[in-house]
Amino acid sequence: MAHNLRGSSAIVGVGLAGCGEAHGKMPLDILAEATHNALDDAGLKLSDIDGLFTGSSYHFMPTLSTAEYLGIKPRFSDGSMVGGSSFVAHTLNAAMALKTGLCDVALICYGSNQRTAGGKLATMSEQQIYEAPYKPRYPISSYALAAARHMYQYGTTREQLADIAVAARQWAQLNPAAFARKDLTREDVLNSRMISDPLSLLDCCLVTDGGGAVIMVSSERAKDFPNKPVYLLGTGAAHWHRQITQMPDLTVTAAKESGERAFKMAGVTQNDIDVVEVYDAFTINTLLFLEDLGFCAKGEGGPFVSNGNIAPGGSLPVNTNGGGLSCVHPGMYGIFILIEAIQQLRGDCGARQVNNAEVALVHGNGGVLSSQVTSIFGTEEVL
Amino acid sequence: MTKHSDQTNKSGPDMIYRSFLDRQIFALPKCTKCNQFHFFPRVVCPHCGEFELEWLAVSGKGQVYSTTTIRRKPERGGPYNVCLITLEEGPRMMSRIEGIDAESVKIGDKVTACINNDSEESFVVFTPTKEAN
Ligand SMILES: [Zn+2]
Repeated sequence: MAHNLRGSSAIVGVGLAGCGEAHGKMPLDILAEATHNALDDAGLKLSDIDGLFTGSSYHFMPTLSTAEYLGIKPRFSDGSMVGGSSFVAHTLNAAMALKTGLCDVALICYGSNQRTAGGKLATMSEQQIYEAPYKPRYPISSYALAAARHMYQYGTTREQLADIAVAARQWAQLNPAAFARKDLTREDVLNSRMISDPLSLLDCCLVTDGGGAVIMVSSERAKDFPNKPVYLLGTGAAHWHRQITQMPDLTVTAAKESGERAFKMAGVTQNDIDVVEVYDAFTINTLLFLEDLGFCAKGEGGPFVSNGNIAPGGSLPVNTNGGGLSCVHPGMYGIFILIEAIQQLRGDCGARQVNNAEVALVHGNGGVLSSQVTSIFGTEEVL
Repeated sequence: MTKHSDQTNKSGPDMIYRSFLDRQIFALPKCTKCNQFHFFPRVVCPHCGEFELEWLAVSGKGQVYSTTTIRRKPERGGPYNVCLITLEEGPRMMSRIEGIDAESVKIGDKVTACINNDSEESFVVFTPTKEAN
């Protein structure tokens, strides 16, 4: 029997704002503008929102600050903080709140001015007392350690990782809203400045401003809105560690478990997925998640991502907006993979549109490969 | 009912860990039930949930599980190593390898712990293990 959350809620509005550089704007200004765009898209107004889901590196109590700024009084709020994966995680909590009648119109939202505020990653994270003496760079060193181990165990190469950045750039070149659109070659990535071996500058995501917002309602009323609804088919979360030192095996993430849960709830398999949006803070992320989500076998991610296989025209469309590597990455990126998946399923993506996309997989990552959350969306045809 | 050993009642695991290091001893909590060590030190065994733990010195022998060179600018001190070490007793910890170039550290290298007392807080670093002739 299908899970009772499968298809129970749908996204009926999405909005972006301030992607790239939003000079003179504060994080909540950008969040509010994205919310405005999402409400416009859904034909709703601020006062319709009675469920609020948000996360922030700037506001210690993000739901309180956000609701105060927007002038709304939500009946249900959730500020669960699992890093950049928070917004994907919020889809599960919103689905539960909508299903149980705790709210009727859920807003999932985020905004950040990371780039114009000076580029430094805002963090309220506690100091890691057992790591501090060794001065790791957060978060890159943790991802570098995972990449080095994957290379050691499976023979993965820097060239293969570079091809992930190249594929992301080729998608970005089809997306007029992407931040980095200049030609990029494998050699450019290999020759970029090494930061924390084996990851060099162009293995790393962008630092931009940006905000995003998503409006979610119960599927019973999903057709009352101007856009084609996109249904949440399944979602699953998993986490096995906080700090990289505690990660049981640096080549296997908890995406293995979150993915299994999401696929089970959705009642679909990897073969049913038309488009994949994964959180690519670093090139190694894309490779690890494609393996752990079952799109290729463990250890075969290197060959799988190389030679254009995940680029436009390849066998699996991955990160079709250009990803965190080439489109947008304002501190936490999870909301943007949601929005790109929804736009793909609506058929709104212009030159980068994946033909006949009916099922999309979104995978969020938080911390240092720590929090893994997978959500699978589908059009009415696959309900 | 949960029981705590005398030692963990006297002070928290972080204090015990550091007080051993200050006495030049690298010791970790070991579970009295499943007999496994863990790091970072806790009041509960993360392997099995047992609260009765004892502190034992570890061998200091380990292997590089993964490694990275952080490319700090020369004027700021130059490149340095950050690695993960799997101890012979099982736990994994972050550390650095001293005595060789950061870039020469390789996954699988055998290393030996030593306690760095240069700063206010002692911490464990590793050096390449000299193979006996
Ligand atoms: Zn135990």
